[in-house]
Amino acid sequence: MPSTTELAAFHRINPATAAKGVHQLVADGVLHKRRGIGMFVSTGARDRLLDRRRSRFASEFVQPLVDEARKLGIDVEELKTMIDKTGDGR
Amino acid sequence: MNVVGVGRGETSNVAEVRGVTKTYGGQTVLDDVSLTVAENTIHGLLGHNGAGKTTLMRVLTGRVFAHGDVRVFGEAPVENDGVLGRVCFVGEDQRYPDHYQVRHVLEAAALLFRTWDAAYADALATDFALPARRGVRKLSRGMRSALGIVVGLASRAPLTLFDEPHLGLDAAFRQLFHDRLLAEYAEHPRTILLSTHLIDEVGDLLERVTVIDAGRIVIDDDADDLRARAVSVSGPVAAVDSFTEGREVLQVERLTSVSRATVAGGRRPDDTELARHLGVELEPVSLQDLVVRTTGHSRRGALR
Repeated sequence: MPSTTELAAFHRINPATAAKGVHQLVADGVLHKRRGIGMFVSTGARDRLLDRRRSRFASEFVQPLVDEARKLGIDVEELKTMIDKTGDGR
Repeated sequence: MNVVGVGRGETSNVAEVRGVTKTYGGQTVLDDVSLTVAENTIHGLLGHNGAGKTTLMRVLTGRVFAHGDVRVFGEAPVENDGVLGRVCFVGEDQRYPDHYQVRHVLEAAALLFRTWDAAYADALATDFALPARRGVRKLSRGMRSALGIVVGLASRAPLTLFDEPHLGLDAAFRQLFHDRLLAEYAEHPRTILLSTHLIDEVGDLLERVTVIDAGRIVIDDDADDLRARAVSVSGPVAAVDSFTEGREVLQVERLTSVSRATVAGGRRPDDTELARHLGVELEPVSLQDLVVRTTGHSRRGALR
């Protein structure tokens, strides 16, 4: 992991803000500190982050998509067809 | 456990003012102001022109006397060489003797500050394209600002005050200033008090934010807390009204059947769901918008 100083310089933010972000990731179990060496990414961090994002996927992405479609008069069946088409194109 | 201290030991206060009032010819410029500047922070002093930022800085640096208690490094700053030798004040309109060239300013600063780093000053002067032999009177507004920045950074003074350091500086040099400031702060932690009206540009650099309006302090808070403090709600008037019911509304703007409100108190856990249900949009409020709305400038119709 880059140091908070490096993070602060790269993102042009106050080092205290960078430190808070790093601390949040430590609290979430994504990073851990090794005394005198520095910050490291914890084992399984990637999976944990993916799980968390998957669990929010419905509320953060699908729901707004359905809402927007409804506003435009696109029904769920039509939406499903669009998703199938988009998926095929990839 | 060391949580946000970034290895900083116990925080102590570099400067403290308590109940400070300053009047000029019957006009109150600072009205019962109390403020604490913590050691090794980058502290922003924000507000409109004429709000009292410069006066407060002048009080802190012992340039003017004010009623109330003023402590810098634990002592009263007026005519106190022990304190003032550790303080660098970069004023908005610094005056130099007429015959001074850029190099003379740097030489004078070297004598003034025990912690002066001449090599660093030369490097900065080169970065900011300041010719050593250019007469100070011949410098453009932006170059004079750049010279102030060089002096402020290279002074390595434990307390450095920059009063509107950006005046006349172009975007590239403003960014250079911010980069050099962060790098310097990381390598040689020190206390920086910065006044500016370019809130959006410097907002992310600040750890603490004080907003002064008509001589009074209206906001004094941790910058990260402030960013989460307000939220903007927009949509059909009735839906916005129903969302904002029971909340502190800082400002409402209305355009026919649509309105936008800024509410204090930040987001509540179920706000996303509520907003979806009502059909309103939630957006974060930038530090600049928060300051503008809190200081009531927009209500007076003088939005800059």
